[in-house]
Amino acid sequence: MMQPFVSLKALAAPYYQANVDTDKLIPHRFLRKPLSAGYRNFLFYNERFTPEGASKPEFVLNREPFTHARILVSGANFGCGSTREGAVYALADFGIRCVIAPSFGDIFYANCLQNGLLPVVLPEAAVAKLAARIEREPGAEVAVDLGAQTVTGPDGDTHRFDIEPSRKNRMLKGLDDIGVTLEYVKDIEQFENGYHARLPWLVS
Amino acid sequence: MVARTLFEKIWDLHLVAQPQGSAESLLYVDWNLVHEGPFYAFDGLKQDGRAVRRPLQTLAFADHYVPTLKRELGTAGIADAEARVMVEQLERNAAATNIVHFGIGHPQQGIMHVVGPELGFAQPGLLISGADSHTSTYGAFGALGFGVGASQVQHILATQTVWYKKPRNMRITVEGALPANVTAKDLILAIIGKIGIGGAVGHVIEYAGSAIAGLSMEGRMTLCNMSIEAGARAGMVAPDRTTYDYLRGRERVPKGAQWEAALALWQSLPSDPGAKFDREVSLDAAALEPMATWGTAQDEVAPLSGRVPDPASFSDPERRARSEAALSYMELKPGTPLKDVKVDRVFIGSCTNARIEDLREAALVVKGRHATVPAIVVPGSMGVKRAAEAEGLHEVFLAAGFEWRAPGCSMCTGSNGDRVPAGERCASTSNRNFEGRQGRGSRTHLVSPATAAAVAITGTLAGDA
Repeated sequence: MMQPFVSLKALAAPYYQANVDTDKLIPHRFLRKPLSAGYRNFLFYNERFTPEGASKPEFVLNREPFTHARILVSGANFGCGSTREGAVYALADFGIRCVIAPSFGDIFYANCLQNGLLPVVLPEAAVAKLAARIEREPGAEVAVDLGAQTVTGPDGDTHRFDIEPSRKNRMLKGLDDIGVTLEYVKDIEQFENGYHARLPWLVS
Repeated sequence: MVARTLFEKIWDLHLVAQPQGSAESLLYVDWNLVHEGPFYAFDGLKQDGRAVRRPLQTLAFADHYVPTLKRELGTAGIADAEARVMVEQLERNAAATNIVHFGIGHPQQGIMHVVGPELGFAQPGLLISGADSHTSTYGAFGALGFGVGASQVQHILATQTVWYKKPRNMRITVEGALPANVTAKDLILAIIGKIGIGGAVGHVIEYAGSAIAGLSMEGRMTLCNMSIEAGARAGMVAPDRTTYDYLRGRERVPKGAQWEAALALWQSLPSDPGAKFDREVSLDAAALEPMATWGTAQDEVAPLSGRVPDPASFSDPERRARSEAALSYMELKPGTPLKDVKVDRVFIGSCTNARIEDLREAALVVKGRHATVPAIVVPGSMGVKRAAEAEGLHEVFLAAGFEWRAPGCSMCTGSNGDRVPAGERCASTSNRNFEGRQGRGSRTHLVSPATAAAVAITGTLAGDA
């Protein structure tokens, strides 16, 4: 069972830069750690901590009140790079439930949806304005309503976002994919029988 | 009949279910590739008491965490305890679920995207998912290969299917002949430089044109491999005679009457004349030059004959800001000729460029010369290693002062401990020049194998040794 996402009004942190890649979100050397190690400790590690492990006070998520952020506002192509789901685990474990950006890396976007973390795509200008506002006014809250598919900034501006309908339903109800797919097990069996008869060389 | 693209034909061949009101379809997976990384998927499966639906269609590769030295010792030779756990954990999970496993001591061990094709698992028309973004490599065969995260790996283990929203189709046409010193790596770097690292988000790319038709399978694999670096869901090349010649006789490729049946299917796959692409991009092959990245994203790239650009020259403020940050991280001054950039070490390897052809190209440059900076060569697989040794390539490298290592992902991600020390500059044949990718504080210049070999000799990004 995935944690459902219905709506959220929470503190948002600005990290407004393009192409935040998965190596930046979590360096590869931490992907060998068990989940019990607390992936929040590895989030943005190289930017958040010195090589000796000391917290860098200038990094946004180390600054109050952003240590309590539950929404991250970032730039285009967020999460580009590898398939590492550790990037999503790290954000989620830190407490981030929603990332707002002008676009996302496709694999990262899919990984978010598997973990109850809502990726929201808004137009570049809207994201830039939102990022500037929460930078200016630390602690400002942003409201995200998945049912209505809207984001409302501290200035009251409301933006509508798109989400694939079946994904929206699964997020709202916290349904995991395997449970949904097992309702199609007959279709899978039927497909497999025909398919392997046509390509008998695939698995012999 | 509606004209369809190669991608659409593969989609149609794999469509299991299309629920009403859903923009995602349920597609059948031919091969599901895993490595040591997605252990969470096996843990989740066990926790839910579920079995692997098609163990023989699930292939496991020990590649990210295997050391490239002391391999004769097996797992006992892995000094790093956490890395050893990763390799042993995959071994245990593979044994418990009866999936096909190319472990550390396997005679065909190697990088998943090198081993799969060389054993003939990669075939036109197949749908191949992998726990690694560079599964796009398989597109070189006219297959649909794409990366998925651990949760989707778990889903595919349990159901042999994947939910997939139909991406848009982009065609990149490269006409003409590549100059003799320009490789597939230079071509893909030029393409990413042109369309940007987010330039193909939401798209599947089909590469077409006479320059693509002229590429070897190794070259096409390099090209498709790095499609993800432009944000593409997948990269593909239509199967043709080059594809069939490569496939014939490989271990997993059908033989006899089945070969004929397979060939008939494969020949029906290329995009129909008049098939519609949502976006078209074209490049002139003859105008291309050997390339190197200067920044921390793959679209921060220039010809070796060029200079580090001045961020002020970018009209887009976002692009200007990010190139300023990149140059600061890379410690490079605007206007510096690339050929004057001093490099501390060289890595020849990775799923992008560790196939036999890559090693031949590098060896050709190295022969009779000597490296002036530390350089390692990591063949992509045991098969590549044996082939290279049979040709004597290892002797060329060793005589030139290069190290000749055992197969794995190695210094591309540094997850096995092969890292670039902080502050050092590495010319690398891998695929990502992100900050800290090869180790914290490392600085990466992505280049072709021939260029990397030349850099090892001159110690600078000059292309000619």
